[in-house]
Amino acid sequence: MSDHPLPTRWLRLPRLAPARDGGTRRLVVCLVIVIAYALLAIFGPVVTGYNPITTYVQDRLLPPGSLLSNGSVALLGTDQVGRDILGQVFMGARVSMVAGIATLLLAGLIGITVGLLAGYFGGILDSILMRIADIQLAFPSILLAILIAAILGPSFFNLILVLAIANWVVFARVTRSQVLALKNREYVDAARTLGARNLYLIVRTIFPGCVAPLLVVATVEIGHVIVAEASLSFLGLGTPASLPSWGLTISDGRDYLIDAWWISTFPGIALALLVLTLGVLGDTIRDRLDPKLRSL
Amino acid sequence: MTEADPLLAIDDLTVEFSTHAGQVAAVRGVSLHVDAGETVALLGESGSGKSVTVQTIMGLLPKTTSRVASGQVSYRGTDLLALPTRRLREFCGPEIAMVFQDPLSSLNPVMRVGYQLSEPLWRGAGASRKAARARAIELMQLVGIPDAARRIDDYPHQFSGGMRQRVMIAMALSRNPSLLIADEPTTALDVTVQAQIMSLLGDLRRELGMAMLLISHDLGVVADVADRVYVMYAGAIVEEGTTREVYDHPGHPYTEGLLASIPGESSGAQRLASIPGSPPVPGTLGDGCSFAPRCRYATEFTRAHEPELRSPAGWVPTHRVACHRAEEVLADVRA
Amino acid sequence: MIAYVLKRAGFSLFVLWGAVTVVFIALRIVPADPALLILGVDATPDQLAALRERLGLDRPLILQYFSYLQGAVTLDFGDSYRLQRDAMGLVMERLPATGQLALAAVIFAVVVGLALGLVAALRVNTFLDRTISVVSLAFQSLPSFWIGLVLVLVFARALHLLPSGGTGSLAHLVLPALTLSLPFLAILARLTRSGILEVINEGYIQTARSKGFSERVVLFPHAIRNALIPIVTVVGLQFGQVLGGAVIIETVFAWPGVGRVLVESINYRDYNVVQACVVVIAAIFIVINLIVDVTYGFLDPRIRLGARR
Repeated sequence: MSDHPLPTRWLRLPRLAPARDGGTRRLVVCLVIVIAYALLAIFGPVVTGYNPITTYVQDRLLPPGSLLSNGSVALLGTDQVGRDILGQVFMGARVSMVAGIATLLLAGLIGITVGLLAGYFGGILDSILMRIADIQLAFPSILLAILIAAILGPSFFNLILVLAIANWVVFARVTRSQVLALKNREYVDAARTLGARNLYLIVRTIFPGCVAPLLVVATVEIGHVIVAEASLSFLGLGTPASLPSWGLTISDGRDYLIDAWWISTFPGIALALLVLTLGVLGDTIRDRLDPKLRSL
Repeated sequence: MTEADPLLAIDDLTVEFSTHAGQVAAVRGVSLHVDAGETVALLGESGSGKSVTVQTIMGLLPKTTSRVASGQVSYRGTDLLALPTRRLREFCGPEIAMVFQDPLSSLNPVMRVGYQLSEPLWRGAGASRKAARARAIELMQLVGIPDAARRIDDYPHQFSGGMRQRVMIAMALSRNPSLLIADEPTTALDVTVQAQIMSLLGDLRRELGMAMLLISHDLGVVADVADRVYVMYAGAIVEEGTTREVYDHPGHPYTEGLLASIPGESSGAQRLASIPGSPPVPGTLGDGCSFAPRCRYATEFTRAHEPELRSPAGWVPTHRVACHRAEEVLADVRA
Repeated sequence: MIAYVLKRAGFSLFVLWGAVTVVFIALRIVPADPALLILGVDATPDQLAALRERLGLDRPLILQYFSYLQGAVTLDFGDSYRLQRDAMGLVMERLPATGQLALAAVIFAVVVGLALGLVAALRVNTFLDRTISVVSLAFQSLPSFWIGLVLVLVFARALHLLPSGGTGSLAHLVLPALTLSLPFLAILARLTRSGILEVINEGYIQTARSKGFSERVVLFPHAIRNALIPIVTVVGLQFGQVLGGAVIIETVFAWPGVGRVLVESINYRDYNVVQACVVVIAAIFIVINLIVDVTYGFLDPRIRLGARR
């Protein structure tokens, strides 16, 4: 978006120059934040020694910074059964990030496979697969997730499965359109005439061309998936009660919003910051790799 | 000098763009004029600054990245550059009309052709919608679109390339402009259609008596229609004169090269000549003649000193060339 | 145009059938015995068998499917086990509440989103534009239930300006509708901005300017009518998110709509109601998409009229 002719005559607002470095600084900041989250997710719970089962009734509903009965300080306060919020936030980080990555891998696996098959072989296979995708898209993804989660019941594995089923379509579509674009390029034909078989063609020649847009999709989707997981857990349909996802902790704190606002707020902030960072990260990567994918 | 004042007068115009490399002059000290009823051609390759010159007239350049560094543009005596954008557009609307290069992208794809044709009339000239529509049909017939009454409700994508350009011309004529500016009107069209469109423009010029400023890179295309010719190179005028003079006696090596590269102009079965090298990137010009890197007449002197427009000895004063060695170029051509 | 509409309508019908079927399949793959889940572990085998027969669970799957389809066409999804009344009737009763919420949210999102996007495009690369872009990204990424809770915390608990839940007055509608609208608003703002920026550099805009039109006319209708086309397509998709979001928002704000019934019924294992809810929501979504498709065809003559004559 270089020169464009609309005048700024109404207000003399300062014009900011587009980032000269192509957003590298933004990229680095985002990556640092995400890595920080990952580290906290891995090591945090070890430090706080979080235990979901034991309750400390004497320490319940203490505000942030309070001294606990065992001598330690609850930096973010405690919840209604006396558990440390900071520990729950760290565990929540672990749950959310693992759920996000696992879902992405599974949804990606399903979606990319479908996309490759549909795009490469075309014909009836393509029609059937795409019709299935269309039918699935008739459901708002949250709705589908709720439906399936309701059936399968709360467990971590089910959660991953549910989210993957709800989100594979975009991977399939992006892969398929890339395959269609690349299928008849000269370098693929060249490999074909040299005697390459279908599998080789698909995996070694065509698929690498799909990686860039898929990367963009992945960064956009991981944010959505984490939010979806939190939403499901908030509704009680996500992680089981023993696994304190952020959504679950927030939901627990709903009844105490006036008296103990910290229960819902801190996990909420942690969730918001991570998702926001992932959103900016996704945008920046997309702008660098291919601004045409704006509509995702 | 003619008695009547010119319709359009551009005087020593310099237009700069801000780019990564700083302020770059796309148009450097250009002066030209168009008198009422005459057809003037502005010739040059892409990047020569001809489109920018013309866009400046109607204030179509992006305000944020471009500016008029110096010079004057006046129409019927009114200084156009001094007018604020809104006034400029209101003023120019009924007087000056433009036809752009690519008719497909120059027509709004989601609006019916009739709407686009009649809009200047009911929006700008205060006509009633009915009257405007009737006029639109008339205009379509004038430019030779068959079955106009039916096709007026079609969308641009339903017309062929040549027909679309006729629609563009019809649109331009809607308010009876005194000056029609056509920026490469035939470049995006087939060769056969090109001839038709140029012929149409010639007819319209005669019938309506309006002045025309034709931008092109193709001398052959404008030869029949233009009264006078300006040749632009690297943002400046390098030769000007009547069509006859410039074609028969080109004084600038660039013009000479352009003429030589027209198929059919050279006698006998000679190879198509082309000018070696490519036009300079705006902003990279040195002190000398801008054409020197590609010129077979270049010397130390010409490479160091930029030539001014002058009428060489023994020539008609209206034929001017910006070349130190114009007399020799002329002699070579005659030979 | 007619051919296009019929084609899209036919496709929608097909998708609707698919959705109904998916719901059937989903609820039949419940790993546990539904009768057991409903009656609990204390039930006797006779009670279980009786319930199973009542629910038609002992018949072959294919027969169950056909009677299900039959029921679906007549909008009969059986009875709510919990409330002993017609499931679809229950859903229909709650539908207006959800409709109210969704409509308010969509209207607000469209009006404000388009306006903000327009402002951002006209003031591109200024501080205002950047702010709008960042805020839009925020609302697009953040979980709606969190935004809802924050709004409740601020406006209901802290400032005591608005109620924190339930219905009854216009004030009750404000927070849930606002929360529901925000992600949609954000996407519209971003799309409008990029749509206008793309269009404003097209040739026909220059043509419009050269005809002497003011910038306002150049925008409306010349630029807008073209910029709207890609926006409309995405709006259809996003509406599904609005519907899905309504489910969550209704829970946060105790809004008595279809979403809330859905979540409650899930917790009570009232599968007939779950079925009815999901099918209704999916049907609405499909219809909205059909309307969007038709509108798209209406806006872009290249789609509905095809190639040159």
